[in-house]
Amino acid sequence: MSTATLHETTQHESHGDVHHDHHHQETFITKYVFSQDHKTIAKQFLVTGIIWAIIGGLFSVIFRMQLGNPTATYPWLEDLLGHWAKGGKLQPEFYYALVTMHGTILVFFVLTAGLSGTFANFLIPLQIGARDMASPMLNMLSYWFFFLASVIMMSSLFVQTGPASGGWTIYPPLSALGEASMGSKIGMDLWLVSMAMFIVSSLLGGLNYITTILNMRTKGMSMTRMPLTIWALFFTAVLGVLSFPVLLSGAILLLFDRNLGTSFYLSDIVVAGKILPNEGGSAILFQHLFWFLGHPEVYIILLPAMGMSSEILSVNSRKPIFGYMAMVGSLFAITILAFLVWAHHMFVTGLNPFLGSVFVLLTLLIAVPSAIKVFNWLTTLWKGNIRFTPAMMFAIGFVSLFISGGLTGIFLGNSALDIHLHDTYFVIAHFHIVMGVASFFGMFAGVYHWYPKMFGRYLNNTLAYIHFWVTIIGAYLIFWPMHYEGLAGMPRRYYDFSNWESFKMFGGLNEFISLIAIIVFAVQILFVVNFFYSIWKGRKVTTQNPWEANTLEWTTPVRPGHGNWPGDIPEVHRWPYDYGKDGKDFIPQDVPVGADESKH
Amino acid sequence: MENTQTTTNNKIHPHKFTLWMGIGSIVMMFAGLTSAYIVKRNQSGWQTFDLPSAFWVSTILIVMSSVSVHLSVKSFKERGMNSYRKLLAITGVLGVAFIATQFIGFKEFWNVGMTLQANVAFSFLYVIVGLHAVHVIGGVIAIIVMSLKAFSTKKRNYSIVPVELIATYWHFVDILWIYLLIFLIMIR
Repeated sequence: MSTATLHETTQHESHGDVHHDHHHQETFITKYVFSQDHKTIAKQFLVTGIIWAIIGGLFSVIFRMQLGNPTATYPWLEDLLGHWAKGGKLQPEFYYALVTMHGTILVFFVLTAGLSGTFANFLIPLQIGARDMASPMLNMLSYWFFFLASVIMMSSLFVQTGPASGGWTIYPPLSALGEASMGSKIGMDLWLVSMAMFIVSSLLGGLNYITTILNMRTKGMSMTRMPLTIWALFFTAVLGVLSFPVLLSGAILLLFDRNLGTSFYLSDIVVAGKILPNEGGSAILFQHLFWFLGHPEVYIILLPAMGMSSEILSVNSRKPIFGYMAMVGSLFAITILAFLVWAHHMFVTGLNPFLGSVFVLLTLLIAVPSAIKVFNWLTTLWKGNIRFTPAMMFAIGFVSLFISGGLTGIFLGNSALDIHLHDTYFVIAHFHIVMGVASFFGMFAGVYHWYPKMFGRYLNNTLAYIHFWVTIIGAYLIFWPMHYEGLAGMPRRYYDFSNWESFKMFGGLNEFISLIAIIVFAVQILFVVNFFYSIWKGRKVTTQNPWEANTLEWTTPVRPGHGNWPGDIPEVHRWPYDYGKDGKDFIPQDVPVGADESKH
Repeated sequence: MENTQTTTNNKIHPHKFTLWMGIGSIVMMFAGLTSAYIVKRNQSGWQTFDLPSAFWVSTILIVMSSVSVHLSVKSFKERGMNSYRKLLAITGVLGVAFIATQFIGFKEFWNVGMTLQANVAFSFLYVIVGLHAVHVIGGVIAIIVMSLKAFSTKKRNYSIVPVELIATYWHFVDILWIYLLIFLIMIR
């Protein structure tokens, strides 16, 4: 072992030197395209994520127009979508394709790759004090696999029979049989290939994040001195590395069923009067494999938002985070429980009721760490010297949405209530608030907070406040009424409700929701304009530490080069939450502990 | 917790750590497949099967290759570069032979009517064993590249890390095979 240790040490030393030499001979290609700098890769993830978010959001606007006013025709829609909107009316098949792609894009391409990809890459080396990731090469590959996945998914939008349309959960038999629907043809194949690339990308990224956090921390940065963002990103990566392979195995079996005539998921199926030869398969098997990833995926999306909000709430309350170890412990508890609750998505599949009650118990247990987190966020804010920066507004908004959406989770986690609520708009409302919008708020908070570090400029504040208020009010106006529709039994994934006597009364409400959705989407475009405009024209950052924060990223130059710190990496002497201590407003992590200083 | 204080006194190389995490990830994939297998086995229409005899030859080959890669690392550490090169190449050859016997086993299986589509039990066998073989092929490619480097006169590699990485991965696919073999014998 001694040789290995010796080698390890020299490798670290040379690693630092190599960076200094490299970074002056970068060409445009190595600096902006095939970059191995974690900061550039983070920006690549962010910009790709933003493009996907616009596309995914636009899809929701289009299908909301159909739901809001099922009889209307929009001639421009035909110009945009061709035969999928014949006569200006969205075709039912394409409605399903839009819903499917909206889910796929937002869940995977925006809130997984766009969120973790951006902030894990950007923040991990900067906040733990490393020059780059453990393997910059794998990191670059992670982005380019994501890019490849994006190109394939994008191209599926342009094939004759349309993209996948069996729902983002791609349950068989719709996903396993080419003849089942339009979207089950080539669109489904492209979906699977794209997702395989996507899984490779997240695995490469996740392995790198974990290794970097555990092995590359600067001197003095013990695990318990890490910012909560890093803890959250660490648990996110662990979840991804352990759950995505299971989805991959499910997808491999699905590919065999689709293309090689096996019957893993298929049995006793009749398509258009023809009996298929498949025998002995089980569609429920796929659901188990899918949700074994699918549920952890919820936390893969949510944990980074939790971590960033914790950090931003503490910085802008000028107070230490309340209950640091409890925050870490609850992140850990959520990570463990995330693997033990998948079958709560399957209460109505004929699951053994006893097994169901076990999953009810485990599901409701998640309320405990969630409540601890909420309590700690609120107590961090309590009597704080709060600065309402845009990032802070979004972080507070995140807490609000997490509470609102979390409470409806208690309804849905109950298997008896779920019989009524399953596949209704109640579910839509629940997961959009708690996972979708809440994580978006965490992401926005992160972008507003770290934008000065990313681009050396500020975003426009006025536009940011408009963005915040319209988005939070809009989000509640869109999803709150859906709870009532769901309780009344209105099912999800329907193309047109106007023929149902029982749902006719929601016509006006649906129109209202659609109108708000369009307004909220327009405001997101405002954010995108602000984002890109400010990269070149925003107010320049002049101080090294604009938010007066303690974490290490603010000890780098305003525009850090490859390698992050021009000289030595700073040494860490304290935890990152010394705010309002001993009469000082803040004490950065690299300040040595004074002789007369009190312990935190 | 004492080894978490600084970067410099960590015991494990980052690349090795990444490999271990990657192995964890592969384990999860096979855990997914084998648990799917167990679930399906308890449902109707499952046909039991005997493993093709060629798989026993495979097992002997891969265990031998694990021994040879272990000895190869040992030689490298003792700077016995000649035997390191030879043993590495032998491991590569044994790996190729393993793949070949797996293929023969599949053919044996197929020829008695146990085709991919005939029964879901057989489908599982092909997928699980096939995916393991894909992981072995990945290792064989790495060993071939490593051997070519070792035999080339131009470049001398004196870092132990890549050698140990390959050895660890190779032992892992060996252990994975033995686990799958026992699994497929015990639960069928």
